[in-house]
Amino acid sequence: MPRVGVLALQGDVREHEAAFVELGVDVRRVRTAAHLDDVDALVIPGGESTAIAHLLDTSGLRSEIGTRLGSGLAIFGTCAGLILVARDVLDGRVDQWSFGVLDVSVRRNGYGRQIASFETELEVHGVGNVHGVFIRAPKIEAIGDDVVVLASHDHGGGTHPVLVRQGRVWGCSFHPELTNDRRVQRLFVESI
Amino acid sequence: MSSASDSSFTGSTLVKRGLADMLRGGVIMDVVNPEQAKIAEDAGAVAVMALERVPADIRRDGGVARMSDPEMIQEIQATVTIPVMAKARIGHFAEAQILQALNVDYIDESEVLTPADEENHIDKWAFTVPFVCGATNLGEALRRIGEGACMIRSKGEAGTGNVVEAVRHLRTINAQMRRLHSADASELYALAKDLQAPLPLVREVAELGHLPVPMFCAGGISTPADASLVLQLGAEAVFVGSGIFKSDDPVRMARAIVEATTHFEDAGVVAKVSTGLGAAMKGFETASLETRLAERGW
Repeated sequence: MPRVGVLALQGDVREHEAAFVELGVDVRRVRTAAHLDDVDALVIPGGESTAIAHLLDTSGLRSEIGTRLGSGLAIFGTCAGLILVARDVLDGRVDQWSFGVLDVSVRRNGYGRQIASFETELEVHGVGNVHGVFIRAPKIEAIGDDVVVLASHDHGGGTHPVLVRQGRVWGCSFHPELTNDRRVQRLFVESI
Repeated sequence: MSSASDSSFTGSTLVKRGLADMLRGGVIMDVVNPEQAKIAEDAGAVAVMALERVPADIRRDGGVARMSDPEMIQEIQATVTIPVMAKARIGHFAEAQILQALNVDYIDESEVLTPADEENHIDKWAFTVPFVCGATNLGEALRRIGEGACMIRSKGEAGTGNVVEAVRHLRTINAQMRRLHSADASELYALAKDLQAPLPLVREVAELGHLPVPMFCAGGISTPADASLVLQLGAEAVFVGSGIFKSDDPVRMARAIVEATTHFEDAGVVAKVSTGLGAAMKGFETASLETRLAERGW
């Protein structure tokens, strides 16, 4: 079993941690560069991407994660985490940075403000029907050729990917950790 | 692989409580204009609370404190990408309807403003936008959750720069939750009566050992050490009102409180960010106050 780190700077860290613990995975919280040493994969949780980005900078984790990404660290980025791995961020702050390791273009709050946050049914490739919880979710507007789409959703105005992977980097617009279904995380763990 | 949007729905308890979950481990800062909102976002705030006067000024000025001017809220929404919250008076559901129409991300039914109804709080189930409410004890927290609140903030004494009331109320709520968690099922009826709280919510806390919604802390937090203290006492995030923009160096204070909130268990980090910060807000002894805001709401 791989060892999975959950970035624990801000956000719904506890739910992500609990999901992987249920799968029998060795999980640890990552708050400093040293915590990253022996993990095979890193989960970047839901939260506020600007706050997490700020804390990645001040904790020294930004450069450390960048280095580890170069040597094959697997990533599961949910919501804010998706924004932080995306190549291109639309409607972000002018100084918004990201690791840029997932070849997608995402629009921050692309599905609207909180009043538009929603639940829906999704069909995830290799898993089946999954309940999707979208909270001020980022919308994937465009993807590169190497990106595999595992689930899409039409929220009016066309179909957009909501779960994608490019090799070892996964990005998810919704929050699988907020339901009791662990099949999406299991798919990720099996891919590490 | 695509799914139709006709199976979608908004305003569920899960998405309302879910946004509160996303704010955990963060700092929500009171701001009175777009410039302050920008400073807050730059410093790593997870959300801002848009209001016309910070509590210290409401306390100084007196008079009736109401919902903010929509124009000011919209200017702040246009300035930052993080969630924008705003306050409605206790029981003033028309102010809350306006805030929902303005698309604010969270509504704070707040004792910092002058209450509009001395008997009833807002029926928060009637709204799509989620609510946060204050509480001084577990019964008050569960009554608010019963009315539909999706986040609880323990009350401090807002605008004082004094953390003593926040600590008192957090400790009270924690002690009451521990009592429920260790109680025999047959004791819960009497405990619910004592707490004046709905029995199903009392049972839920007894089983979980914590509230069914995130519990944040507000009121009187004005230093990184204060933030670390209340997080160690079980708060999951902090609201900082007057503490940032009434300090000597708001930019540094904001950044320092954000760092201390994330690394609250690491005294080395809290010490580092506390060093050379300049003066925190002056503050008040709560015993000398004429108006106790925390006593509003019931």
